[in-house]
Amino acid sequence: MSMTPYEKLKTARANGRPTGSAYINGLFSDRIELHGDRRFGEDAAIVSGVGSLDGMPVTYIAIEKGVDLPSRMKTNFGCPKPEGYRKALRLMKQAEKFHRPVICFVDTLGAFCGADGEERGQGEAIAENIMEMIGLKTPTISIVIGEGGSGGALALCSADRVYMLENSVYSVISPEGCASILWKDSSRVQDSAQCLRITADDMKSFGVAETVIPENFEDFSSMCSEIKAYLTADLKQLLAKTTEQLLEDRYFRFRKFGIYEENGETHGTNLY
Amino acid sequence: MIFDKWMKAFSGERLTCSACKKEFSVKELRKSNYICPECAHYFRVSARERILMLTDRNSFEECATGLSSVDFLEFPGYADKLKKATESTGEEDAVICGSASIGGNPCVIFVMDSRFIMASMGSVVGEKVTRAFEYATEHKLPVIGFTASGGARMQEGIISLMQMAKCSAAVKKHSSEGNLYITILTDPTTGGVTASFAMQGDIILAEPNAMVGFAGRRVVEQTTKSKLPDNFQSAEFILEHGFADAIVPREELRETLTTLLKLHRKNEVAV
Repeated sequence: MSMTPYEKLKTARANGRPTGSAYINGLFSDRIELHGDRRFGEDAAIVSGVGSLDGMPVTYIAIEKGVDLPSRMKTNFGCPKPEGYRKALRLMKQAEKFHRPVICFVDTLGAFCGADGEERGQGEAIAENIMEMIGLKTPTISIVIGEGGSGGALALCSADRVYMLENSVYSVISPEGCASILWKDSSRVQDSAQCLRITADDMKSFGVAETVIPENFEDFSSMCSEIKAYLTADLKQLLAKTTEQLLEDRYFRFRKFGIYEENGETHGTNLY
Repeated sequence: MIFDKWMKAFSGERLTCSACKKEFSVKELRKSNYICPECAHYFRVSARERILMLTDRNSFEECATGLSSVDFLEFPGYADKLKKATESTGEEDAVICGSASIGGNPCVIFVMDSRFIMASMGSVVGEKVTRAFEYATEHKLPVIGFTASGGARMQEGIISLMQMAKCSAAVKKHSSEGNLYITILTDPTTGGVTASFAMQGDIILAEPNAMVGFAGRRVVEQTTKSKLPDNFQSAEFILEHGFADAIVPREELRETLTTLLKLHRKNEVAV
């Protein structure tokens, strides 16, 4: 039996599911973690650095939810603050300078929600990341490993390729938030999760993600080998492009999104 | 032409000030720049009225018309919301764009209209804003953007989130080719629009007292279980924290934009 969108949402958020750091350790060798946004501070919700993907230097950037209460407190349960997004952007720009690919791991309820986040320009930080990531002159691949929550996820997902783990979800608003707006009842998550179309298969059919990766946490190292195979194959294609071609293809990757009627005709691919 | 038609179309309407509850005719409000003659409160201005107030007479040419939203997810209540918004505003969706001149300076302008489902951003808004930037890039024109939005339009699911990326890509291209983009943050600019093209301007202006933020005030209060100061997420608040270039009173806006556009004219030898 296949899972309902709500069951997938619960699975994507489940305790014990591997978090960003597990993938970094499983995929890359020679890892050096790099901290700080050079502007304000260090945000533990973003774990980033340089490493090697089977001999190829890459920059990795992950949203880290933490694995127990102390680590979750430290990472704000995987909700990055503006300084986290600015740190991610700093690392992306650094990767561009040395023309190495950027691999992002996305797992967040959404950007940090708080007065200090607003004071330091949460909206501006995300806006800047989306715009600069789309213009980045080096290949980018993002993997949604758990929850892809709204703009806080898109800030690390404006990439050449997006992968979804089979039980991961990606949504414009949390199903709880949606239910509370629609029905003034945040407990109707089952219904809102269904309405919003948040599953990995939905993302593939909308063209929001290219690849759905089967989950096999019991044998995590063979799952990592499979992810490596996808990354290596896609990076080979992306690195073969001229910078101009890479940017043009990325532009049209996002340009195509939209379903609307124009003078009586319906436009947009992958209509449900 | 269009200008005179619009001038006539709405002049008989009467609007109520949300602060002092006094009623005024559109004719009176136009004279006062939509600032309440009684209590100085800023009315929210419809997109067409804003274009009338700001652009040179008969210079505006609307583009990207004939687009309307589709309820492709069969989302509860969306079809009804669209129908009501279209009927009550007479607009196709929540943004109007076109080419115009301001104080003799040619530009592309887009204006969001908060009366249309709180100007939430779905496929149509994203497409129209993107086309405005693409047109401006092709014709090497500056873009003037008036933002107002409740955020992404959740009734279009993930496709509405993707509009943030689509518009940002168009802004980036326009910017990379050395073109000017000025945003004017108006009440209320929030969520996915704040986290994309509202905050991507070379110059970011705001109207006095406009609400500007990412997460909603109530959401922040509920999440952090704390009371926030009154000026939280106001234009003055973001100016103080370094996220806007200036707050410009409505009566000075046309002059300020004219000067900025003039200062950014390209130094090209006339052919």
